[in-house]
Amino acid sequence: MTTAIEVKDISKQFVLRRSRSIKEAFVWLITGRKGDLTEKFHALKSVDLEVQQGETVALLGFNGSGKSTLLKHISGVMIPDTGSVRTRGRVAGLIEVGAGFHHDLSGRDNVYLNGAILGMTEEQINDRFQSIVDFAEIGQFIDTEVKFYSSGMYLRLAFSVAVHTEPEVFLVDEILAVGDEPFQKKCIAKIQELAAEGRTLVVVSHDLNLVSRICDRGVLLDHGEVIFDGPINEAVAKMRSQ
Amino acid sequence: MIQTNDELVRPGVSGGLADVVRARFLLKLLVRKELKVRYRGSVLGLLWSYVKPGVQFIVFYVALGVFMGLEQSPTNRSGLPNYAIYLFSGIILINFFTEALGNASRSIVGNGGLIKKIYLPRQLFPVASVWVSAVHFFPQLVILLIACFFNGWHPSLLQLAAAAVGFVIVALLATGLGLLFGAANVYFRDSENFVDMLLMVATWASPVMYAWTMVQAKLGETLFIVYQLNPITIAVETFHYAFWLPTTDESASVPPNLLTIWVPVALLMSAAILLWGQLTFRRLEGHFAQEL
Repeated sequence: MTTAIEVKDISKQFVLRRSRSIKEAFVWLITGRKGDLTEKFHALKSVDLEVQQGETVALLGFNGSGKSTLLKHISGVMIPDTGSVRTRGRVAGLIEVGAGFHHDLSGRDNVYLNGAILGMTEEQINDRFQSIVDFAEIGQFIDTEVKFYSSGMYLRLAFSVAVHTEPEVFLVDEILAVGDEPFQKKCIAKIQELAAEGRTLVVVSHDLNLVSRICDRGVLLDHGEVIFDGPINEAVAKMRSQ
Repeated sequence: MIQTNDELVRPGVSGGLADVVRARFLLKLLVRKELKVRYRGSVLGLLWSYVKPGVQFIVFYVALGVFMGLEQSPTNRSGLPNYAIYLFSGIILINFFTEALGNASRSIVGNGGLIKKIYLPRQLFPVASVWVSAVHFFPQLVILLIACFFNGWHPSLLQLAAAAVGFVIVALLATGLGLLFGAANVYFRDSENFVDMLLMVATWASPVMYAWTMVQAKLGETLFIVYQLNPITIAVETFHYAFWLPTTDESASVPPNLLTIWVPVALLMSAAILLWGQLTFRRLEGHFAQEL
């Protein structure tokens, strides 16, 4: 097996800036720099994670446990303070559906724009365009501005673009709650299809039933630390018992 | 089974402006998006790109050329001949700079939603802003050229080349400062206010409304050299040299050593500022996602 994602001992601190005003900084300076002007917060504490190619991993944990931060480190949006992250092949993140959508552009323009943002080339988008539109079930609305779309249509199109990027490593953050039930089933089937093709999948979700269907391995995070790493059923059981 | 032969690489490591070249398809789409979105829901649409500089030109021409006596006329021998063209050739360049730098400085914060979520070359945003401004510069250039032709314009190839270099000087400068202030704006929103101030000064710190000879007469030789170290001053003079001078009897002149010394100096300064902006941007961009 080859390693797809290698996270080595990474830590990340966020500075909670209490104040940025010159006045307060000045007062702090002349009163002899008492206390700390800023407050720090450990989002990740020496996290290690190695994911093999073709593995499906769920990151579990309560709000604020560092799941999304870890995902952002794998995608390269954030750089760790210490430690290193390395990935193999193209990484695409379904971090938030529709992050790159623009309301005043047509569905067609948005498919191209979002596809390019997610790292597709012009030919790839041209080739997959019909498939993207079909999957999203948008039909004749593709040339309408997306601000006139219903929220379901909007999410379906965004999700469809994202799953058609065909990266080697797929990062999914809380986006499976898309559209109505039939479409959700279709999305899950598509994700399972991607996993079956041997793509690496890292999923963040609070829907424990869903992740246990999609993923084989579960990593449980708590306050920025990995507290469990093993088969998904055990991870879910541990999460539920917390 | 999907197999890749790629090496393990660290994600999120930027290749600087080279990334922009690699992502030129995305750059093209971002520019197209900006152009489409700019005049959405307006009746005049792209015509606004002609109307706004046109009105600006009329206001300046009447106030400065007629009321303050900068236009040459039988009763006002000391004025500049064809002041309208003199003024407009400078204004369009300043408009380009103002729009490019103003938008580039706001581009990172403006696209914060995207930068926080997905990794993509972030230099794309300031570069796209400058590119969009260049597209808006084009209709203004067309108006200038029409005005030039009506006034018996007969430029030489050298003059046209000088104008092209002048445009490059401003484009490099706007990109460099745009990267610098765009990155700084993530940490201190003071940055965009500072840029607004800078742009106001830029309009008056180069010979757009007045002639360079007036500056030389008041400042003296040494300070005039400082005045000419401003790359925008030199770029504006190349535009006067290319568009205004060939419509006159060429009795007026551009500053001495414009092409031999000052244009290369301005080009070097702009390139240096671009390098500085690029280095600062790369140092700061690692923390964009958490600071935005």
